[in-house]
Amino acid sequence: MTALLAEMYSSLRGFLERLGALTRFFGRVLWLSPGAFGRPRLVVEQVYNSGAMSLVIIMTCGLFVGMVLGLQGYDLLQRFGSEDALGVGAALSLLKELGPVVTALLFAGRAGTALASELGLMRATDQISAMEVMAVDPMRRVVVPRFLGGVIAMPLLTAIFIMVALFGVQLVGVQFLGVDQGQFWSQMRDAVELGDVAEGLTKGLVFGVACSLIAVFEGYHAQPTAEGVGRATTRTVVISAVTTLVLDYILTAIML
Amino acid sequence: MNSPSGSAAGPADAGKEHVVALGGVDFAIDGKTVFRGLDIAIRRGSVTAIMGPSGTGKTTLLRLITGQVQADRGSVRVDGVDVAGLGRRELYGLRRRMGMLFQNGALLTDLDVFENVAFPLREHARLPERLVRALVLTKLQAVGLRGAAGLMPQQLSGGMARRVALARAIVMDPDILLYDEPFAGLDPISMGVVMRLIRSLNDALGISSIVVTHDVREISQIADASYILSGGQVVAEGTPADLRDHPSPVVKQFMEGLADGPVSFHYPAPDCATQLLDRGRPT
Amino acid sequence: MRQSRAIDVSTGLFVLLGLAAILFLVTQITNREFSLGGSSSSYRVSAQFENVGGLKSGAPVSMAGVTIGRVESIAYDMDLFKAVVTLRIDSRYDRIPSDSDASIYTAGLLGGQYIGISPGGSDESLRDGDTVEFVQDAIVLENLISKYLFSQAGKPDAGQPAPAPAE
Repeated sequence: MTALLAEMYSSLRGFLERLGALTRFFGRVLWLSPGAFGRPRLVVEQVYNSGAMSLVIIMTCGLFVGMVLGLQGYDLLQRFGSEDALGVGAALSLLKELGPVVTALLFAGRAGTALASELGLMRATDQISAMEVMAVDPMRRVVVPRFLGGVIAMPLLTAIFIMVALFGVQLVGVQFLGVDQGQFWSQMRDAVELGDVAEGLTKGLVFGVACSLIAVFEGYHAQPTAEGVGRATTRTVVISAVTTLVLDYILTAIML
Repeated sequence: MNSPSGSAAGPADAGKEHVVALGGVDFAIDGKTVFRGLDIAIRRGSVTAIMGPSGTGKTTLLRLITGQVQADRGSVRVDGVDVAGLGRRELYGLRRRMGMLFQNGALLTDLDVFENVAFPLREHARLPERLVRALVLTKLQAVGLRGAAGLMPQQLSGGMARRVALARAIVMDPDILLYDEPFAGLDPISMGVVMRLIRSLNDALGISSIVVTHDVREISQIADASYILSGGQVVAEGTPADLRDHPSPVVKQFMEGLADGPVSFHYPAPDCATQLLDRGRPT
Repeated sequence: MRQSRAIDVSTGLFVLLGLAAILFLVTQITNREFSLGGSSSSYRVSAQFENVGGLKSGAPVSMAGVTIGRVESIAYDMDLFKAVVTLRIDSRYDRIPSDSDASIYTAGLLGGQYIGISPGGSDESLRDGDTVEFVQDAIVLENLISKYLFSQAGKPDAGQPAPAPAE
């Protein structure tokens, strides 16, 4: 019994320690962020690495999520004879939930792991130490541009995901299943507010901050071994996914 | 050689003759003692070898000198300045005058050879592209790899990567060059190349070199002075010739590569016969 | 150098695509008529209802089926014991007669509720801050049913103890 309590205590302590370290790290990244725009090249490269490189997977998944949504939504709505509302239903669920959340999970899997393993490898092969010895702050040179690249890329990826997914819904609903094209779009336009779009993009931005931060944190603090890099990558995906879903609940509760 | 940590020798004096001076340094990682009362003084313009069996904290010593870790007690002075007392900015200023060669080169994997060597220049100075090009190619020429400027680090052999890293370490014209195991894992030819480079760069650029290694034979050919570390302390110091005739059994064992001696072949364990007869697993 | 230029181009394309997607979301799937506009392009009038039913803020305000504004807020007035609904109407529609009446309707069987305005005959127009005098409350289905039941029970010849309204 005491052993169990002691273990719980130590794991709680470990969690708090890590959370504290993450918060301090976040503060430092934010503090150094404005300086990064003095060298936009570095940030642009990371927008490419996190954003452009994730584009194919985001668009593919977006298309299929949209198509599934088209099938399911149609099946559900036609029971009530209101399949014309497919556009509204799909647009709102994509904007408010599916778009940002699925994009964030994909982002964590594609860009987050790439960031974490890259940084972990740099740590393991002494590249980080080498920079320190060359009087180059690796936080400024390596961590902050990668963080900002992710933060810039995520809302854009979210928007692209939603757009492609809506195309998928339209493809299945209108082209395959025969929902009226005019009803599909006009009902959507009638019901969707600018605030809904803002909600989706805000979520995308917040998830982008969280996932990028977790990825660079885990990578930067990886144990400098092959196993350590692997563990950092796994942790990145797991922690990003959990954090995304928790944040999603909090944001939804705030913005509803 | 007197310990430079004594208050009698002023820091200014020590800074003139000795480019790096450690006095009475204690250092522990996670409660495990690495150094206890370590005294080392590196003469300006010399090639100094730091030798010792694996696990004696030779790499840690370099990290102390570059200020990446700080001593628990004692002083680490570079050019007479205590590294521990420096703020971030001053520390970075100091590091600009140091070059360090990491064990595996530590080249930045996303940049090609040219950009790797140009990296410190681009980070620290806004130079015209023509000048950067001239500087980088000169340094690459010095290590014999001007032709490899367009290759990526993954395409280089171990010896080449180390030479590129060496070119990068000297591109800012440092006063002090630190080498972490420069010979480890190299074939004899590359080893000879790196060895000669260390000596010739030291003399041509008028810098001070600190070479951490356990390759006794190679370093003895080029070192002006050597320290042998064991058990967190200096057990012997002097020229390679002095060390060869050193009376201490530890030094003798290390220099001649004997399996058993004061540094035991066996990790500490209970008596063998007792444990073999005992049932159950060793604890 | 050539490689980094290729990165620039792809990054530029990616950012452009992202911005285009945002633009698409903002312009193509939303009704922006009243969501962006500040007070300069719209004016407010209020109306008091006994019962607003399921009316929500953000619901459309329409005349002859054309959306001319939105419900901005719904509050309960403790002095009047009524619901006070604030309507924000696009200033393009600035000549609504002051004796027009506002009713709460339901759009379709499952649709949300909205406010319909039928124009009156007055020469004066509603201005910012005015109150619509003539209102018709939301039709609450339960009230209708119970009214129907009571009226049936009141008739002596109906004589149906368990009336089952036609579904």
